Amino acid sequence: MPGTNGGPATPRGAEADHGGGESPADPGGLVIETRALTKRYGKHLAVDRLDLGVPEGSVFGFLGPNGSGKTTTIRMLMGLIEPTSGTARVLGRPMPRAARTVLPQVGALIEGPALYGFLSGRDNLLRYDSADPAADPRTRRRRAEAALDRVGLTAAAGKKTKAYSLGMKQRLGLAAALLQPRRLLVLDEPTNGLDPQGMREIRTLVRELAAEGTTVFLSSHLLDEIEQVCTHAAVMTRGRLITQGPVADLAAGARGRLVVTTPDPGEAARVLKERGVADLVVTEERVTGEPPGKDAAGRDTDLADLNAALVAAGVRVRGFGLERASLEDAFVALTGEGFDVAG
Amino acid sequence: MSRDEAAVDVPGSGPEPVPGAGPVTAGGARQPRALWTLGLFRSELSITFRRWRTLALLAVLAAVPVLVGVAVKIETSDGSTIGGGGEGGPAFIAQITNNGLFLVFTALAATLPFFLPMAIGVIAGDAVAGEANAGTLRYLLVAPAGRTRLLLAKYATTLTFCLVATLVVAVSALVTGAILFPLGEVTTISGTRMSFGEGLLRALLIALVVAASLVGVAALGLFVSTLTSSGIAAMATTVGLLITVQILDQIPQLHALHPYFFSHYWLSFADLMREPVYWDDLVRNLQMQGLYAAVFGSAAWARFGAKDIMA
Repeated sequence: MPGTNGGPATPRGAEADHGGGESPADPGGLVIETRALTKRYGKHLAVDRLDLGVPEGSVFGFLGPNGSGKTTTIRMLMGLIEPTSGTARVLGRPMPRAARTVLPQVGALIEGPALYGFLSGRDNLLRYDSADPAADPRTRRRRAEAALDRVGLTAAAGKKTKAYSLGMKQRLGLAAALLQPRRLLVLDEPTNGLDPQGMREIRTLVRELAAEGTTVFLSSHLLDEIEQVCTHAAVMTRGRLITQGPVADLAAGARGRLVVTTPDPGEAARVLKERGVADLVVTEERVTGEPPGKDAAGRDTDLADLNAALVAAGVRVRGFGLERASLEDAFVALTGEGFDVAG
Repeated sequence: MSRDEAAVDVPGSGPEPVPGAGPVTAGGARQPRALWTLGLFRSELSITFRRWRTLALLAVLAAVPVLVGVAVKIETSDGSTIGGGGEGGPAFIAQITNNGLFLVFTALAATLPFFLPMAIGVIAGDAVAGEANAGTLRYLLVAPAGRTRLLLAKYATTLTFCLVATLVVAVSALVTGAILFPLGEVTTISGTRMSFGEGLLRALLIALVVAASLVGVAALGLFVSTLTSSGIAAMATTVGLLITVQILDQIPQLHALHPYFFSHYWLSFADLMREPVYWDDLVRNLQMQGLYAAVFGSAAWARFGAKDIMA
């Protein structure tokens, strides 16, 4: 299955209530839960009756083209903007009302990093940490160093951030989100501006955090990014939620296709059809089709048998394999349009 | 900081928790502490006074008394008196040659109408709008700084700047005056004399009153700052309002409105140099500043508390 996270997610801090009348998220419950969440700007509905549920311990991909309402949703979840109607609960508490108790447990990267250019990377972290009234000033420097180390910025920590590259700024923004152990990380387009190596590092980091039990809510307009790291996903276009659920379920709608590369496509197609491969498409040296389902005995057809049959029939096989269904296939099937169409 | 982590230079070093992460209760919620909450104010102060812009403003303010002192010295070097002994120039300017301490009063009288409030306008106007413009505001609020707490920290920092700016003018004037002119007994406006020590005390008192005179402008600037996401626009608006009020205060036909202008009683600080001190206008000035602080402080709080942070 694509994008399963590294280990079993252990819900952190789910065992005890801590003050207040409202209980925190249940173990395995929802870390983010919105009901008919709506934001309207004049006539324009930026977010339209959104019902979102992010399970604890998941790596949740929040997908949508630019301008589909992802960032507006995140801003409402973080208490930066007031919903026009509907409710949002984060860590089991209503936002923005419970911001004071909820947000210290949430690390966030919203619409790219924002830094004080005249301060060093380290001083930027100290500045943001001192804004959190629940952050212990005695451990502030130590935590800042640990966060810098975690994103690989230790060497550049003393440099003024106006001299940082976009990728370094992005890393520092992530470091700010990691100043404390968090129950939830909200990362809005975290790999923007990063080179492929940087993207890989961020994905590794996200997997590690998830393995530690942190729920990661990751917005992106890049499908393959979501596919590689997420366990769950939701899709928005034009302010509306189209679908949400485990990534495996979403991709299951569109099954993988069998692909055979051969200089004898005609013969190959004939053999495959005999063996129950449906929806055959032949293009020059490539034959693709839907692999057969269960046979009469109820067993899954072993694809190796198919290959053996081809070879036995004298078909010269150059390549044989299953091309797995991508989320993109699933979303094209869902929306009936290309994913990159702007809302 | 753990050394074993530092050896790894790619992000991540295993699933160990961030070391030294402070007290975490069973529920994962860290509790705010009363004393820790002051950290934001300290951070505000250090950020404000580390900016080149702030230091440049203070440098300009420090230069004013030096300029005045040098000008007075040059003009009186041939034994003549300032302005031919007649009216003109800021208050107390004629006494400087006899007593350098009067440069403190002159410098404060010269900077209070414009230089000082302009500097406050820059700092206050940029306070919230500058953070919004840079995008850092959203991260402060998500930290979570708390809107009321952030606004209070900003206002307290602006007031600190008022005090520091005024003291910079006063100290610069005192040093310049001591270097260029003799020091000695002080003659009050009422004609009585007091010792130099008591005169120095009065000078400090006057500096504090001048700083307090800026409380209203600071609140006004902070309110303007919550209205926009452009630091420059907020600064320009605040300084523009300041100039407008100063001009309106000079138009006799508007005299009915004058007592309500924040700058109307500013120069009442000179009354501290009377013997006995004439308190009426001083008290009116402080009341006016309190009123402006209350009105525009509340307005800023109401505005900022309900504002959608889009920047």
